[in-house]
Amino acid sequence: MTAREFKVGDLHEEVLVEDLTRTQLVMYSGASGDYNPIHTDELYTREAAGYPGVFAHGMLTMGMTGRAITNLVGAENVRRFGVRFTSQVWPGDTLTAATRVDAVRNEGGERLVDFSVTTTNQKGETVLTGTATAVANG
Amino acid sequence: MSEPKKVTFPVEASHIMMFARAIGDANPVYHDAEAAKETAAGGIVAPPTFAQAVAQFDPDHPTRPKPGEKWFGSGGTPSGVEGEPPSSGGLHAEQHFEYRRPLRPGDVLTATYRVGESWEKQSRRAGKLLFTERLIDYHDQDGELVCRARGVTVKTERPVDQG
Repeated sequence: MTAREFKVGDLHEEVLVEDLTRTQLVMYSGASGDYNPIHTDELYTREAAGYPGVFAHGMLTMGMTGRAITNLVGAENVRRFGVRFTSQVWPGDTLTAATRVDAVRNEGGERLVDFSVTTTNQKGETVLTGTATAVANG
Repeated sequence: MSEPKKVTFPVEASHIMMFARAIGDANPVYHDAEAAKETAAGGIVAPPTFAQAVAQFDPDHPTRPKPGEKWFGSGGTPSGVEGEPPSSGGLHAEQHFEYRRPLRPGDVLTATYRVGESWEKQSRRAGKLLFTERLIDYHDQDGELVCRARGVTVKTERPVDQG
């Protein structure tokens, strides 16, 4: 990725997934090693755990949201990424991440960019809020 | 105090490829060694949240079925264990990572686990909430700290009200 200029207030929006599938939850379980049946096993989730159905791993939503950051800065430049999970994500959801440049600063000879990010579903509900810092002098 | 749990986490290219597919990221920097060489990354790197896949290498990971042990997910019945399943109400509330450098295929990480703070809160939608902080430090094959992770899980008194 080529170096690019970031300005405070820059906004970027990215659709992370449209109509999230149960199969993607299975893929994430297999790749991450989190086989909690609340993400893949409808019978367990409805009848034993008491939820309306399986729902996404928070870490899947975080991983997809990370893509909105790495597409801007390159994965090798991310120094910090932190999120809060504010609402559950369900099969069928369409998620969009909105990132904003909050600060561009110099620290220890590096040019750093601070981002805030909010991921929302198709109903406009916030499912994740977070912040990230990346090196921008790459 | 007992010794902190340590898990060896070998970072492999095919695992990064599967992980990137699972998060819906087709960027060649995660799966195509030749193409990745031409990018600023200089080769395949792992996506930022990949460190969490250390779960694959944790021999005691609670949300992986193990041969010969009862599993709390469904088989012939909705749950293979009696009473309250071990994961009931356990949800991820927060996750934070700090990176000194990207993880790359060939890295052999040592993940050191610590339990952090715990605290309680009352909520309208799920009753009493018990928060627990879990910390994982990842050191590489040269003993350098490359990543620190801080997760917060919340155990709810009852399933979160969907109303």
